Amino acid sequence: MELTLAIAIGCLTGSGVWLLLRPRTYQVVIGLSLLSYAVNLFIFSMGRLRVGAAPVLEGSGAVNPADYADPIPQALVLTAIVIGFATTALFLVVLLAARGLTGSDHVDGREP
Amino acid sequence: MGFSQHLLILPILLPMAAGAILLLFEERRHSLKAGINIAATALLLGLAFALLRLADTGDAAGGAVTHTYRLGDWTPPFGIVLVLDRLSALMLVLASVLAAATLVFSLARWHKAGPHFHTLFQFLLMGVNGAFLTGDLFNLFVFFEVLLAASYGLMLHGSGAFRVRAGLHYIAINLAASLLFLIGVSLIYGVTGTLNMADLAMRIPEVAPENQALLAAGAAVLGIAFLVKAGMWPLCFWLPSAYMAASAPASALFAILSKVGFYVLLRLTLLLFGADAGPLAGFGSQVLLIGGMATIAFGAFGVLASQSLGRLAGYSILVSSGTLLAAVGLGDQAVVSGAMFYVVSSTITVSALFLMIELVERAQEPAANLLTVTMEAYGDDIEPEEEDEEEVGVVMPGALAILGVCFGCLGLLLAGLPPLSGFIGKFALINAIFNPQGLGTAAGGPDSVGWILTALLILSGLAALLAMMRTGIRTFWAPLEVIVPRVLVVEIVPIILLIGLCFLLTVQAGAVMRYTDAAAQALHEPRSYIEGVLPGSESASGVSTQ
Repeated sequence: MELTLAIAIGCLTGSGVWLLLRPRTYQVVIGLSLLSYAVNLFIFSMGRLRVGAAPVLEGSGAVNPADYADPIPQALVLTAIVIGFATTALFLVVLLAARGLTGSDHVDGREP
Repeated sequence: MGFSQHLLILPILLPMAAGAILLLFEERRHSLKAGINIAATALLLGLAFALLRLADTGDAAGGAVTHTYRLGDWTPPFGIVLVLDRLSALMLVLASVLAAATLVFSLARWHKAGPHFHTLFQFLLMGVNGAFLTGDLFNLFVFFEVLLAASYGLMLHGSGAFRVRAGLHYIAINLAASLLFLIGVSLIYGVTGTLNMADLAMRIPEVAPENQALLAAGAAVLGIAFLVKAGMWPLCFWLPSAYMAASAPASALFAILSKVGFYVLLRLTLLLFGADAGPLAGFGSQVLLIGGMATIAFGAFGVLASQSLGRLAGYSILVSSGTLLAAVGLGDQAVVSGAMFYVVSSTITVSALFLMIELVERAQEPAANLLTVTMEAYGDDIEPEEEDEEEVGVVMPGALAILGVCFGCLGLLLAGLPPLSGFIGKFALINAIFNPQGLGTAAGGPDSVGWILTALLILSGLAALLAMMRTGIRTFWAPLEVIVPRVLVVEIVPIILLIGLCFLLTVQAGAVMRYTDAAAQALHEPRSYIEGVLPGSESASGVSTQ
């Protein structure tokens, strides 16, 4: 499972960085989205990979923390997803504005 | 917990509430919105000074007091905590002073140039204040995103193709930097299992040797995110064009944003990788020192090469950032104290310069035609002309003379010449490099790095002086037909007040230096910070081993 996750994060990051360096604004948006997926998976993996372990305690009384998954990275991922979603939406608006004002979808606003 | 402890959260709540209330009123009610914003900003200014007094209550000689605010009264490190010490209080005051000045300036016409100016303004302040107050790494990320999201809006304020294009670059760079921030934070969490800064400082000396490389990688990735914000060479190419493209009040307020990067680097470097940090002590300080010096050099060349005042101001921000980063890299107590004085003086100066540019350019119009040609040749784009709106308000008499005097003062401040506070800031830094133990003690003189840094500081001042003189002569003396610009009182008064503040800093330099000395001393004894945040914890020297 570790290998699968590592390869997945690596592929997403690699494609994201390549797209980020492309000259078209839409490619940059998609690149940033892919990168943020990769980062979300990465944060998730920092809580250590567990199978079949719940992050939320059930009931009350003494429990063994080793039986549960780390809840903090999951909370962090949730925050990161929300913020990433909002900023991507904002970037899309700026992209459209730039397209309308300059008549080009090149990141510099004109063809080289 | 007395009432005064609840003051700590108000610099975050007040702008948030004000920004939210401003959303409820429709865009046409300019004066109502402006009134609410002025009231909130004035209240924030008073609050910041109250917090400054609160933070300064500790014994100046030794025991620093760290005030904390636990949200929901959860005990740290499990709950989120806000921390106020002398450094964060100083930065809060700086931010609110800049906010007040730029807000007054924007009332002349800029606040009508686009929707939601006042709301974005308040949300930006909320993010900045939160970043200065938080004691938790992930919360820092959230406040960074708040201030960045608001700054994206302010960057585009006034619209126009030039601004939108520069804004596109600005947003893309900052989104990428935010992702690096997340990677760094999660790596640090993966190794240490905590995100609370004080708790981190306790755990870092105990990290197992096989995990230290991972922790160092996490800290380095996190550092890159802040260095992009602070504008260290070679991560700074976006900065001058973005700040130049933004409208005058927005870029004057943005002057504080690069200082947020500096603040976080100063705080984290001394707290996490100070003398107590075991094998990782002093991590990254070489990079900061060398990168800072490279930034000063790059900024100085940029200042000399700038054709337009906007670009000149952008590169001045780089020079000031570079100076501060190099000071953090040196890390001596006296140097850090000088850097704190310098940050106040230089931020106010650059902010006033950004406000000044718009007024000076009104006097420059026909003479600028020739410049336009050269700038086209270099591929620079001229901002499309603003449509002249109806200007209501009192017109300043003798505008050209006042503009000239203000411009001269800013030149002195940027170059670091006496009698204004730019000189004292640079003098404090250079004095600390030469006499780390204080003036008058026998010292062998600085090492070669110290000499190079001193030379760079002085030469960057010379570059700023040359560039300002060239622009000043071209604007105020050379034109055959002098155009007297229309300058409103509300536009020139904030600039005069900011320069007056620099003058006050000079007169009261003793009191301010005493404050920054105490702040630097507290930063070099992270134990008081840790004890303040985690009362009852064992001392930070790493006695407890698991």
